[in-house]
Amino acid sequence: MEDAPALERIVRELLASQRLAVLSTETGGAPYSNLIAFAAAPDLKTLVFTTSRPTRKFSNLCGNARVSLLVDNRSNREEDFAEAAAATILGTAREATGEEGEASLALFLEKHPYLSSFARSPECAVFRVEVEAYYVVSRFQSVSELHVRR
Amino acid sequence: MKVLLPIHQAAGAERALVGGKTLALARLGAAGFQIPQALCVTTEAYRRFVESGGLRGAIARELGRKRFEDMRWEEIWDAALRIRTLFDRTAWPVDLDAALREGIRSAFGDRPVAVRSSAPGEDGVKASFAGLHESFLNVLGPAAVLDHVRLVFASLWSDRALLYRKELGLTPAESEMAVLVQEMVPAERSGVVFGESPSDPAQAVVESVWGLNEGLVDGTVEPDRWILLRGTGSVVSHHAPVREKRVIPGPAGTVLSNLPPDLSGRPPISDDEVCAVFRLALEAEAFFGSPQDVEWCFGKGLLHVLQSRPVTARSTPDGSDNRSWYLSLKRSFANLKTLRARVEGELLPAMGREAEALVSIDLPALDDGKLEEEIRRREAAVRKWEGIYKNEFIPLAHGVRLFGQFYNDKIAPEDPFEFTRLLSGTGMLSLERNALLNDLAQRLGADPLLAERVGRDGRGDAEFESRVGRLFRDYGDFFGSAGSEAGRRGVLSLLLEMSRRPPGAPGGSAGDGAALRDRFLSRFDGEARTFAEELLSLARDCYRLRDDDNIVLGRLQVALARAVEEKGRRGSGRGGEGAGPTGRAVPIEMLNDPSSPPGGGVPPIMESASFLQKDRQLVGHPAGPGFAQGPARVVRKSADLFEMRTGEILVCDAVDPNMTFAIPLAGAVVERRGGMLIHGAIIAREYGIPCVTGIPDAVHRIRTGDMLSVDGYLGIVTRQESNRRAASFR
Repeated sequence: MEDAPALERIVRELLASQRLAVLSTETGGAPYSNLIAFAAAPDLKTLVFTTSRPTRKFSNLCGNARVSLLVDNRSNREEDFAEAAAATILGTAREATGEEGEASLALFLEKHPYLSSFARSPECAVFRVEVEAYYVVSRFQSVSELHVRR
Repeated sequence: MKVLLPIHQAAGAERALVGGKTLALARLGAAGFQIPQALCVTTEAYRRFVESGGLRGAIARELGRKRFEDMRWEEIWDAALRIRTLFDRTAWPVDLDAALREGIRSAFGDRPVAVRSSAPGEDGVKASFAGLHESFLNVLGPAAVLDHVRLVFASLWSDRALLYRKELGLTPAESEMAVLVQEMVPAERSGVVFGESPSDPAQAVVESVWGLNEGLVDGTVEPDRWILLRGTGSVVSHHAPVREKRVIPGPAGTVLSNLPPDLSGRPPISDDEVCAVFRLALEAEAFFGSPQDVEWCFGKGLLHVLQSRPVTARSTPDGSDNRSWYLSLKRSFANLKTLRARVEGELLPAMGREAEALVSIDLPALDDGKLEEEIRRREAAVRKWEGIYKNEFIPLAHGVRLFGQFYNDKIAPEDPFEFTRLLSGTGMLSLERNALLNDLAQRLGADPLLAERVGRDGRGDAEFESRVGRLFRDYGDFFGSAGSEAGRRGVLSLLLEMSRRPPGAPGGSAGDGAALRDRFLSRFDGEARTFAEELLSLARDCYRLRDDDNIVLGRLQVALARAVEEKGRRGSGRGGEGAGPTGRAVPIEMLNDPSSPPGGGVPPIMESASFLQKDRQLVGHPAGPGFAQGPARVVRKSADLFEMRTGEILVCDAVDPNMTFAIPLAGAVVERRGGMLIHGAIIAREYGIPCVTGIPDAVHRIRTGDMLSVDGYLGIVTRQESNRRAASFR
């Protein structure tokens, strides 16, 4: 059974190693999931992602800022059931603009330099997710929660 | 790639395909050594078998429930049994079955064969650990051979192999096993030779037994032993044992039989043959370029090589390496029968008498000097019996394991621990005590006036008092501070709580054991049935004795604790030194779990400055089937048990015998110590209460009052949020 520092390490490694997360948003009581590229701040308390404005997720986020994300390191093999780790992330998203938007974009592009033209295009928004908790799943069914102290 | 390779084609094969044993024999055969005809079932067959059955993922999941370093030896054994059952219940892919069956039939027909492990990874092991994997002798016919090949595959994940997983480099994703199917040589005499003695490089050792080698290798038949000088081949010494037994082929498999009188008077091999065996070792050494450990036999007048491998240092464990002790727990049927007789007939009664004698001493009447002496005497007694417990009582658990494996081989049940249901109802001491408690509770339940009086005054009517008196006289030690008024109040409050249970609450010893027993025994006839009955009876006795030895040892430990308490009382009465000279905590945890650190030290749970940790779902081992929800009752000492309320989830570090009286009240049992055959799990199953064992740091991660769901089928404990029960669509 892992302690908080070990869980924090698992989360840090997951967020560093994975380029994509599943983002879930909501509209009219209906959940909606899609893949996004993301980056995490060093303290793991903030995540950054980008999206074009005409998308469903952008529209959903305007109506309800509550989000859930899933990051995992599965490799689509049987061994995943024992070896893969996943983090379910709960938080609130908001668009970052101005200086904060620039800093967030820099964090994002440090991890995803190949997305530069997409992320810098005029109709692309930068979002920051303020993380409330990570639910860390390892060894198939072992689940521990890390709640952000603020 | 080939799934089957005749041994004469294997000399140039990859070790990864045929394994070490096959490769060495094939090379010897090609060089003209006498080896039995053989076929290798390659690692390609293993790969196709496990992949078609989805076993790689299942093995990974079984071994990945928790960190390996957190697993106790008993949990490793349980995991190995589950994996073995998985292999047993997985069918061969149709094309592979056909190919192997045809190959085996054309090579051997219905002639008997030996089915031996040939693991590619074994040679990476620097030290020699005999018997990590399994081999079977005298197997008849392709169908039986295929069944045994599957068991040899499974033994890649045996408890012994798992203990040495690091040295073997075992990983579910990559490790594989080959199997050598070898024609049985009708051996009248067999043995092993160490071309270089593991203890003295100037010497060689020849060992020999009548019959098959199996008896020598597993330790049931003591061999003749010759020590020779490597340089000259001259015999330095010959040790002749009392020769009584030999292992010979039975109708299927092998049997241990009495040695005919004309054979017991002489060594199995002549002086010339000792020299021939020694020369064989030297020739193999010259061939391989390093001293060899050769298994050989004489059959049809010829000296055959059965296997050859480099001589390696015997494992010499340091103090912290308990593994060779764990390996020593594996005992043969004959050895266990002797041990049972000794434990039941001598040791347990002697320990009981000693406890009786200690309890009968009037501690308050002793002067300070005599009390000091008494404490030392009790410490010595506890120490002595702790040693006997470790060396003589714990190995009895293997009687249960031996039966479990035999049962699973025969029945292939869906639940690998179904066999434990044939072991209950043996009149264990702890259940007798619980039955007395139950009687008293029923009395209170049937007589509200009496219950009210007991609740108010702490005293019942004369009859009730006399029965309580008997309970304390016979079992008082179990209730911790039962001698005191507080202990008495605690027991009475527990009885009142038990009396309020609804009718139909678990009463213990229920189950379908008899039907399962009949089904099991109906699979055998004649001698085989006698053996099955004997093995079952051994397992039932071992199961009961393992419980009883804990109970009686508990009495001794409590006797020591009483004397230390008495000293503490006197000390504090005079404002003196307090808890006494030793302050020795009763080390029940250490006893039951020799692998745990002395003092039962649990490393503190580390925290993080940035995050607050909440454990949601804790994974352990399913040790008693069933599902229950309720508030947790974390128990750290016996007195906490008196607070138990019906339906609460008993959470503890290790259920010791002094605690199980509260189990009938519990909705479920959760404990840190892992294993199917530990005391708490045994009692929980007797009462049909869900049980999960092996939850790391259980008493530190769970708090009294937390709402828990306990899934005893899967071995999972879930903490519900804000004391809500789990959501349900039902």
